[in-house]
Amino acid sequence: MEAIKKEYWKDKANKALGISPEDARITKSYLSVAFIAILVGGFLGLLQGMNRAGILELPVWANYYKVLTAHGLLLVVVLSAFFTIGYFYAGLSHSLGGLLPKVRKMAWIGFWMKIFGFVLAVIPILQGDASVMYTFYPPMAAAPMFYIGLVFIVLGVWMLAFGAFINVANWRKNHKGQHIPIISFFATGVFVLLFFGSLPVAIEVFYIIPWAFGWIDTINVMVSRTLFWAFGHTLVNIWYMTAISAWYVFVPKIIDGRRWSDMLTRIVVIALVIMNITGGFHHQIIDPGISESVKYMHVFMSLAIGFPSLMTAYAMFAVFEKTARKKGGRGLVGWYKKMPWGDVRFLAPFIAMVAFIPAGAGGIVQSTNQLNQVVHNSMWVVGHFHLTLGMTVVMTFFGVSYWLVPFVSGRVLTPAINKLGIIQTIVWTVGMVLMSGAMHWVGLLGSPRRTSYSTYFDNATALSWDPYLFFLAIGGTLLMIGVLLQVYAVFNMMFFAPKGETEFPVAEEEEDATPTPMWTERWGLWIVLMLTLVSMAYVIPLVDFIVNAPPGSPPFKTW
Amino acid sequence: MHKAEKVWLTLSFGMIIGFMLITGYQAFAKDMGPPSYGERIDPQKVDETAPFDNPGITQIGEKEYEVVMTLQVFSFTPNEIEVPAGSTVHFTMTSKDVTHGFQVADTNINAMVMPGYISKITQKFDKPGEYLVLCNEYCGAGHQMMGTTITVK
Repeated sequence: MEAIKKEYWKDKANKALGISPEDARITKSYLSVAFIAILVGGFLGLLQGMNRAGILELPVWANYYKVLTAHGLLLVVVLSAFFTIGYFYAGLSHSLGGLLPKVRKMAWIGFWMKIFGFVLAVIPILQGDASVMYTFYPPMAAAPMFYIGLVFIVLGVWMLAFGAFINVANWRKNHKGQHIPIISFFATGVFVLLFFGSLPVAIEVFYIIPWAFGWIDTINVMVSRTLFWAFGHTLVNIWYMTAISAWYVFVPKIIDGRRWSDMLTRIVVIALVIMNITGGFHHQIIDPGISESVKYMHVFMSLAIGFPSLMTAYAMFAVFEKTARKKGGRGLVGWYKKMPWGDVRFLAPFIAMVAFIPAGAGGIVQSTNQLNQVVHNSMWVVGHFHLTLGMTVVMTFFGVSYWLVPFVSGRVLTPAINKLGIIQTIVWTVGMVLMSGAMHWVGLLGSPRRTSYSTYFDNATALSWDPYLFFLAIGGTLLMIGVLLQVYAVFNMMFFAPKGETEFPVAEEEEDATPTPMWTERWGLWIVLMLTLVSMAYVIPLVDFIVNAPPGSPPFKTW
Repeated sequence: MHKAEKVWLTLSFGMIIGFMLITGYQAFAKDMGPPSYGERIDPQKVDETAPFDNPGITQIGEKEYEVVMTLQVFSFTPNEIEVPAGSTVHFTMTSKDVTHGFQVADTNINAMVMPGYISKITQKFDKPGEYLVLCNEYCGAGHQMMGTTITVK
């Protein structure tokens, strides 16, 4: 009886809350920027794919490395961050009874700071003064304006993180003894990671700026590189965590099922928050100046993140099977026929999940010392993150857009757009599988990443890579078609689809779910544990880099 | 928690631990760990610092060679290396400017070469042929031209 009543109220609340026009405008703005970024960034990606395939020589003003820097920044920093923020702010607004006026203001300040920072960073890129890639490793030095732009982007992110914390804290004050609603729990985890993960890169950039201006002569190359990766890998895991929040919270509702155990879901979030930042070190496995024992300890730190992911893998397929069996699905695997394959809101995230099986396995390969040495900086790595970010994360984002955009726009998903979405999903899947498959393979053969088309003076080995690299052009073309379809769908749903009410599809818990213990809410403790782990991982190498530092490096402009 | 899930999580945990054990065994017992040499150098005085004041290849034993190499935009010095088949080659490298990568296709040679640090990596070349050496860390406008070969006869 109690359970039924509780659910009734939750259902009521779900319907009534909707989203206020002010909060909807925030999400719409963030999503618009995200999808414009994928339009431009995707086109730049196509140019590179054509170049690597050897069928397009880029003109001087659109130099390969300039295009690649912009492609990385647009997709890794703009698309993912803007989507994540728009998505979670809609979740916060919906589940916490609206954003506080103060927080709304912070969301806008953060929005314009990020845009301003991005414009500052892009100007030197376009002028050819910042072809330093998204990793900007010193002693390559871009124009100072590039770094100042990055500072504003980080400050903008912090604004959003603190906005989220204020809203959640306010809700907790007014709802003593209750659990934070699940989507806000995910949001809290993501913003905690965004804040703490971007601290190291903020320190790095503040250290680079005086050096880029010439106020200090030299820089410690290893310290800046290590600070970068403490951020760089956390960032990609943040997008992954955003994607799995949709799997745990929304996908079950879309297939008419129930949510996976609330307690285990929250434990996955906590584990990802605590263990994430230290994973970045595996980008430095073949660096000099770090002892093998430190590297070995870091293998464990990286592989540990695999555990919550394996928990997720089980959870998702368990939810699918249970739901399908309830609908009459039979047989060991025959139940899959009962899944709503024709619904893009399910199909896209489902393929995203399947993609994470090889993607996660590839990740384990890369974070393991000896295996990393085989693939480090090869095209394999590019294939890996197109599988993880380009499929697992971005396809989930696409799937989410088919209900989130109508929800914030007061419109509905029409069968026609759903059909378009299905086609888009198939085009994208084929494009990504071809492209990232070829990248993995040619990477194993030795083809390097971040290198424009080269035969290395007609070297036979390099020439033998060409047939594989041709798939980059085929895949890239399909992906560009996918981008166009997706961007069309998003703006159609935002401005032209028929008006109506779209649900914010938060799935319910099982009726017989065991109640989640309150200790899961101890965020202070999780942050302390996270910082402890970060110290264990980074104090020894960083102190060594600083105390035993070689003479520093002056800035170089090598492009 | 379901029994099936417990089994799954135990297997997952076991798999990760298995990975760790194999990696540790290979790294510490079989000496297959990644290049991790720790010596430092002044990146602005590479040309005056031994052994980089005299880069080149020297025979240090029967079928054993040492290659002292500097990497700079966009070349390797020395850039023509020739050894007989079955030779073990020890590479000692550093960068004179930005961060480079040293990779030899069809082998497991892969090391970051950074200013201020000396990188060391060893490889036995059994099969005769022409091996492609390339820089695999973006280092500037001519990065794609930074390649050479090792000839094994």
